[in-house]
Amino acid sequence: MAGKHSLFGPVDPAADAGYEEDRPPRKGFFTDTSICIGCKACEVACKEWNDVPATHFDLLGSSYDNSFSLNANQWRHVAFIEQPKRMGEQESGLRRQAQEAAGQQAVDLGMPGMAPPGVMLPESGEDDAVDRPDFRWLMSSDVCKHCTHAACLDVCPTGSLFRSEFGTVVVQDDICNGCGYCVPACPYGVIERRKGPEGSKNVGIAQKCTLCYDRLGSGKTPACAQACPTQSIQFGDVEELRERANARVEQLHEAGIMDARLYGNDPEDGVGGTGAFFLLMDEPEVYGFPPDPVVTTKDLPEMFTRAGAAALVLLAGAALSFVGRRR
Amino acid sequence: MTTPGIEATPGSAGGRTRRRGGRRKGGGDRSMVPEATFTSYYGRPIVKPSPWENDIPIYLFAGGVAAGSSLIAAGADLTGRPTLRRSGRLGALAALTVSMVALVHDLGMPSRFLNMLRVAKLTSPMSVGTWILSIYGPFAGVAAAAEVVSMLPPRLRGGPLRLAAYADRPAGLLAGLFAPPVAAYTAVLLSDTATPSWHAAYKELPFVFVGSAAAASAGLGLITSPLEETGPVRRMALGGAVLELVMEQRMEHTMGITAEPLHHGKAGRLMKAAKALTVAGAAGSLLAGRSRVIAVGSGLALLAGSACTRFGVFEAGQESAKDPKYTVVPQRERLDRGEPIRFEKPAEPPVT
Ligand code: SF4
Ligand code: SF4
Repeated sequence: MAGKHSLFGPVDPAADAGYEEDRPPRKGFFTDTSICIGCKACEVACKEWNDVPATHFDLLGSSYDNSFSLNANQWRHVAFIEQPKRMGEQESGLRRQAQEAAGQQAVDLGMPGMAPPGVMLPESGEDDAVDRPDFRWLMSSDVCKHCTHAACLDVCPTGSLFRSEFGTVVVQDDICNGCGYCVPACPYGVIERRKGPEGSKNVGIAQKCTLCYDRLGSGKTPACAQACPTQSIQFGDVEELRERANARVEQLHEAGIMDARLYGNDPEDGVGGTGAFFLLMDEPEVYGFPPDPVVTTKDLPEMFTRAGAAALVLLAGAALSFVGRRR
Repeated sequence: MTTPGIEATPGSAGGRTRRRGGRRKGGGDRSMVPEATFTSYYGRPIVKPSPWENDIPIYLFAGGVAAGSSLIAAGADLTGRPTLRRSGRLGALAALTVSMVALVHDLGMPSRFLNMLRVAKLTSPMSVGTWILSIYGPFAGVAAAAEVVSMLPPRLRGGPLRLAAYADRPAGLLAGLFAPPVAAYTAVLLSDTATPSWHAAYKELPFVFVGSAAAASAGLGLITSPLEETGPVRRMALGGAVLELVMEQRMEHTMGITAEPLHHGKAGRLMKAAKALTVAGAAGSLLAGRSRVIAVGSGLALLAGSACTRFGVFEAGQESAKDPKYTVVPQRERLDRGEPIRFEKPAEPPVT
């Protein structure tokens, strides 16, 4: 089953798991956070389709993000980051177009602006910086990364977590022991045991995004990607998505947006590249991602070697204790 | 990529000033590591702490005592120390029972232990450990049963129970042979996670755990055996305690910032207690040949020290997972040094 790259390095995960030549191409998500509007349609669509119970109704008070984090009952999570940083310098041209379309004078539609109510905005062109706020929002819809080398899958003692023919990682509810080993193993803090609420299904069982395994099976798009109104969540063949992502980063860099970078697309990174990767507008940790995640099983051979050595030390030490003096 | 909506260019064209220093933790404790500044998402954890509770450190501790006791029983059997052998075998079975009860309690129901035997997975330390226990357990059980039979009055030892006399030594020796992996694998169980303070300890933790197992089981031997039989366990107690203390020290040095949780809060108190108790127990073991009272005291200290070590390491890991600092800072430093973890193709062997 396991090839020599099974624990680390670039590999086609489905092929590595033993799927034959006729397997479908690897599927995944490319989440372009630069166009996410934080509408949370993905969160809702996921809950609806996968029958994921709602638990968190806390008003966290830290940002507009009240769904807290990815967890057993939150398979998509939209992060909202309020940053003390200006928006880009580019001119969208929308205002000018609107003015031209309306004759000479722009008509106030009473739309909410960015300034406090009652503050008169200067005419366009006078001082653009005034209505450009000195903070920006970053929004990002997070999800299970469906890692090429998935620690959760590696450590599961029951085989409940498995690699699908699409190269994704799925939990089998009926086999999971609820041992919780996958939970600390995931370097992204994605998978979790479901705690409740009372009466909901799969309580005590590890739960996470399945990349809508059931929908993929019938040739459909995962619910979140289907619901995303801005195409921030793009679903498709990982190979093709990576090309699309590279093109998009290039495009943003050409437009002077040097903050744009890809996260998780590199097949030679610590997890062998993820099946769900992201275009970010700042460092990963700003979004709550680990900056350089590594699949924990990369070090497993050495761990077992060290443990073997320790076991021998114990055996030898015990034996030594018994040789020699009678008392 | 031709949808007009996606062609927009949002965000900032500004510089790349990194927002740092999201959350600082005041540290009263001395620390080798300079205080770290880092960015996080509203200070929320990145990796998830394990959902395990006290069952798991109890399981780690009892597993260590069982393994060490089986070794002691085997040695005592071979060198003719009947009381030490008896206490070793019975102690091993008792500790094994405690660890199994803790494990099953953690899993929720006994059938789940069997469910783990449906696969054998080398990449899962929990699976490997289940198999190790399933091999070791029966031998330890048979050895203990044979011990009980040998304690019966001779007239009750008839019938099938006569078999016990044949199984006695082989079972005891095999239990001793399979015992060391039981004590060592639990370190891998913890290290093979993304929990910062467990993973960073993977090089030394197995040695800390086997040292702790040796000290604790030797402690049990000190408590339960007469002075004239405790020579080996006194040596084992001292050796185990020294191994544990030395390797724990080394471990903290190699862990970098993730060693911090070992000094804070509950984990810090437990680790401090572990150190004091183990030192006291080891010192006591030097004098334990003279007096039963000292032997029992030192044995108790060693057992308690070992338990504190397991609980302390466990707790420190849980804390390290809850604070994003321990996930972000080491990784960020790695990146800033220009050493991101990357797969590098092994060099091709030269073609001749
Ligand atoms: S992100 Fe975590 S839960 Fe998802 S596949 Fe990777 S290790 Fe598993
Ligand atoms: S909780 Fe379930 S899925 Fe996770 S490691 Fe345990 S058995 Fe596997």
